[in-house]
Amino acid sequence: MDMINLTIDNRPVSVERGTSVLQAASQIGINIPSLCYMKLEDLNIENKPGGCRVCVVEVEGRRNLAPACCTDVSEGMVVKTHSMRAIHARRTVVELILSDHPTDCLKCAKAGNCDLQSLAQYLGIREIHYEGEQSTFREDTSPAIIRELDKCIRCRRCEMMCNEVQSVGALSAINRGFNAVVSPAFEMNLDHSVCTYCGQCVAVCPTGALTEVDNTGAVIRALSNPDKTVIVQTAPAVRAALGEEFGNEPGTLVTGKLAAALRRLGFNYVFDTDFAADLTILEEGTELLNRLTAYLGGDKEVKLPMLTSCCPAWVKFFEHQFPELKDIPSSARSPQQMFGSIAKSYFADKIGVNRKDLVVVSIMPCVAKKYECSREEFSVNGNPDVDFALTTRELAHLINLANIDFKSLPDEDFDQPLGESTGAGVIFGTTGGVIEAAIRTAYEVFTGKKLERLDFTELRGMEGLRRATIDFDGLPIHIGIAHGLGNARKLLEDIQQGKSQFHAIEIMSCPGGCIGGGGQPYHHGDAEILKKRQMAIYREDAGKPIRKSHENPYITKLYEEFLGSPMSEKAHHLLHTEYFDRSKSER
Amino acid sequence: MPKIKLSQRTIEIVKEICSTFENNEGELINVLHEAQHKLGYLPAEVQELIANELNMSVAKVYGVVTFYSFFNMIPQGEFPISVCMGTACYVRGAEQILHEIKRQLNIEVGQSTPDGKFSLNCLRCVGACGLAPVVMVGEKVYGRVAPQQIRKIIAEYQEGCVRPERHEM
Ligand code: SF4
Ligand code: SF4
Ligand code: SF4
Ligand code: FES
Repeated sequence: MDMINLTIDNRPVSVERGTSVLQAASQIGINIPSLCYMKLEDLNIENKPGGCRVCVVEVEGRRNLAPACCTDVSEGMVVKTHSMRAIHARRTVVELILSDHPTDCLKCAKAGNCDLQSLAQYLGIREIHYEGEQSTFREDTSPAIIRELDKCIRCRRCEMMCNEVQSVGALSAINRGFNAVVSPAFEMNLDHSVCTYCGQCVAVCPTGALTEVDNTGAVIRALSNPDKTVIVQTAPAVRAALGEEFGNEPGTLVTGKLAAALRRLGFNYVFDTDFAADLTILEEGTELLNRLTAYLGGDKEVKLPMLTSCCPAWVKFFEHQFPELKDIPSSARSPQQMFGSIAKSYFADKIGVNRKDLVVVSIMPCVAKKYECSREEFSVNGNPDVDFALTTRELAHLINLANIDFKSLPDEDFDQPLGESTGAGVIFGTTGGVIEAAIRTAYEVFTGKKLERLDFTELRGMEGLRRATIDFDGLPIHIGIAHGLGNARKLLEDIQQGKSQFHAIEIMSCPGGCIGGGGQPYHHGDAEILKKRQMAIYREDAGKPIRKSHENPYITKLYEEFLGSPMSEKAHHLLHTEYFDRSKSER
Repeated sequence: MPKIKLSQRTIEIVKEICSTFENNEGELINVLHEAQHKLGYLPAEVQELIANELNMSVAKVYGVVTFYSFFNMIPQGEFPISVCMGTACYVRGAEQILHEIKRQLNIEVGQSTPDGKFSLNCLRCVGACGLAPVVMVGEKVYGRVAPQQIRKIIAEYQEGCVRPERHEM
């Protein structure tokens, strides 16, 4: 390996050629402030426009200060990261950025989590010596995301996520000079664009320019209305991340405290989306087996590979970009929507409440779920199956608001009948989990044999594209997994060209799956956090007494009492859906 | 954004331009340059077509079109009228002003009058918020405009104009 020796702040350091000064410094624990730069290690995600100049350092022998994030190390280089000259320049740069930034922190959704705010605090900016023009972009509200571009600092992280990682192409840098900003084509609103609402732009935006639509107010209203029965479901990935908002180490599981907190917030029933995930496996797994059996029986028309359909951003992605493939994904609704549908039929009947008086709230790691629950097909006579979807972040805010001391809460259980779940339901929260859960059930149903080993490690990991072959008692089943829509695109193109060898493919929009969802606590560019959340999810699974969806006793009961069997007419009506060609409807 | 339907001929021209550049995304600027040269301007529909042909996102195409002031998205009338839609102007009734101009000229935003004299455009803040609502005709700024004044402003320009060269879409 080609090593370079240099000196940073009087300390010798030796790093690989091609390393930036910023990374070299961080290797010896020196933190150079930065703003536009972002790197998600192991996920191959890097944003390096070199635009903000916050990271400038002094390099001996150079007249100008050098931006550390995009200056490569060189032999014998001598760097001073915190010289007074560098600090002065940094302060000036941040003051200039602030001179065209609303001083809105008091009511900004990002306050406390804003990189610009912490930078200004850290640099001790108390006064802005520059007076300049103020941007006046119009606010853009969509079902899931709000764009307040006056707060945009043009770091272009969102553009990088949307184009390079997601390959969606909804956003681009437009205009120039003072009017430069990141926007959809023709400055149209996001909801007219090809945006999937994956929220990955929101997850990386350093400021409050991109945030999720805030539904906490609506939930507070519902909870304070005595005429409403308000129930809540919480997605698997939430329990592996919520603790971070209360100072827990990343990867801390807070399932029991989560249930306790929701109960203290006043929800009448505290349920679990994991229950609906188990239900999804029975429907989707059965659909897969039906397709496989038809295929093996010589049916040439059958659609294979079958694609998972529980991620709403992924659904919107193929509706826009691959509408000709819209018969390939499973018709199963997502767990969030299955839950809503069952809650407002089976459960509403059970407790004798009219669906209009039953409010279903979901806690999701996800921004797209807000959009999903607003889709028309998921409502009955204008009454949505899921009324409001809150992100993990919004829930944390609500818990703080209610003065609940999260860390000292006891561990409590979910309520029944929609709160019982298996390990299979839990792993929906990470990339590879949905397909592993499906395999656990499909294998046993198909072969009639008991699985010896439940951990399909060959399906696990963080690589963007993975493949594995599972032996179904002599029949090799080929599985593909993609997370990040750019990776999904590659698998879809193979299908389009008839090259795909897979029987089933799992697709999740967010890097890491829902653990890395757009609604999770901000990772601030630290990809380690995602890995720790993933490990937590597998820990939760391993500790569950039941780990196969078809063994969930309440699921069995639901079929006996209400649905009949998987893919029955009733199940079809309540738990399945159809997809639309959106390639023309919007630009 | 109003929709225009491209003629078959326009579609062919654009496709041909793209193919001379081997439908290569890297040639976008040259493609746009050539398209504007042939068509006079680059309406949204042409940008969409180009995005399609070069297999790239229309947001990126629009990004490039708006980066270079050389590119035009509407056929400029001889007297381009712009209405500021920034927050201040909006609050002070820019919408009514816009409505009145549309009514008088009988055109939509992004169009020009059949005689080619006027084209209508919206702008984001022009930085004259103190004068809101603001209308610009060419370089000239009219501040605190009331709907009743529109007729007079238009009349100033109505006489003695030469018919400019026009392009068929
Ligand atoms: S919207 Fe946010 S992420 Fe995008 S360029 Fe602006 S500040 Fe950066
Ligand atoms: S939500 Fe996803 S698809 Fe939409 S603009 Fe953001 S990154 Fe792009
Ligand atoms: S991967 Fe999960 S969090 Fe991300 S968009 Fe899909 S469902 Fe939402
Ligand atoms: S962080 Fe280095 S230029 Fe922005």
